[in-house]
Amino acid sequence: MAELLRTHPLEGWRTAFERLPDTVRIAVEPFVAMVDVRLGTVGAEASAALGVDLPTAPNTWVPAGTGRAVWLGPDEWLLSSTTETPEELEARVRAAVVGLGGSATDVSAQRIGLRLTGARVRDVLAKGCSIDLHPRVFGRGSSAQTALGQAGVVLLALSDAADDVLVLVRSSFAGYLADWLLDAALEFTSTPND
Amino acid sequence: MQLIACPWCGPREEVEFHYGGQAHVPYPESPAELSDEEWAHYVFFRDNPKGRFAERWNHSAGCRRWFNAIRDTATYRFESVYRLDEPKPVTP
Ligand SMILES: [Zn+2]
Repeated sequence: MAELLRTHPLEGWRTAFERLPDTVRIAVEPFVAMVDVRLGTVGAEASAALGVDLPTAPNTWVPAGTGRAVWLGPDEWLLSSTTETPEELEARVRAAVVGLGGSATDVSAQRIGLRLTGARVRDVLAKGCSIDLHPRVFGRGSSAQTALGQAGVVLLALSDAADDVLVLVRSSFAGYLADWLLDAALEFTSTPND
Repeated sequence: MQLIACPWCGPREEVEFHYGGQAHVPYPESPAELSDEEWAHYVFFRDNPKGRFAERWNHSAGCRRWFNAIRDTATYRFESVYRLDEPKPVTP
């Protein structure tokens, strides 16, 4: 039987990303397992079962094992794992929350990650994002569900200097966003004539 | 652009939100007993004040939660936002 190989939606953008300067680096993150968790009340029981204190402050994320736990709503989180398969993560999280009236759904195929690093990252993002990304208010541990260009994204601040941001975007919008980011980074890219 | 303060996410641009019409329209207590005219009133008839109006809004491009807001329909000014489990604020 023919095996279906999963290709990354941004396979064709790799060379263009490699040409970017150090001030705006874009790295395509490998696929990770992601699970959407719905849970009414977060207590010690849920933390013990999940092995992580789900963040209750809006617009934040915390490390969770090899992955992250991102606040998506007052009763909704995105849990990721780099070491488990989507099936394993979904089964583990579901077992932890289902007894507490919660649910877990595998959404690994929904979003892909783009990691933006460099001193100009904030300037590039600011071209199409209305929220304040200044390190004073968007330090490590901050997150935001908002629009970047015309695409819905989840932004995760990975550093305290706003120079390391993970952008989660829906796979079908990835090509659009990649083009948008390359265009936004254009003024920071040197041309051969420089 | 006008900013709307989501009770969860804080101030965000208006384009991130979806309008949901008049707030505090209760579902009929005994729907089976309603006449067609009463149904029509429940489904289609809404207040249309000039001034303060309690409305439902959805932060569709953000946390995707519904919330309520008191907005002045003449000035477009949001006077307050509150969560669905919070009572309608008493305005002077
Ligand atoms: Zn919100």
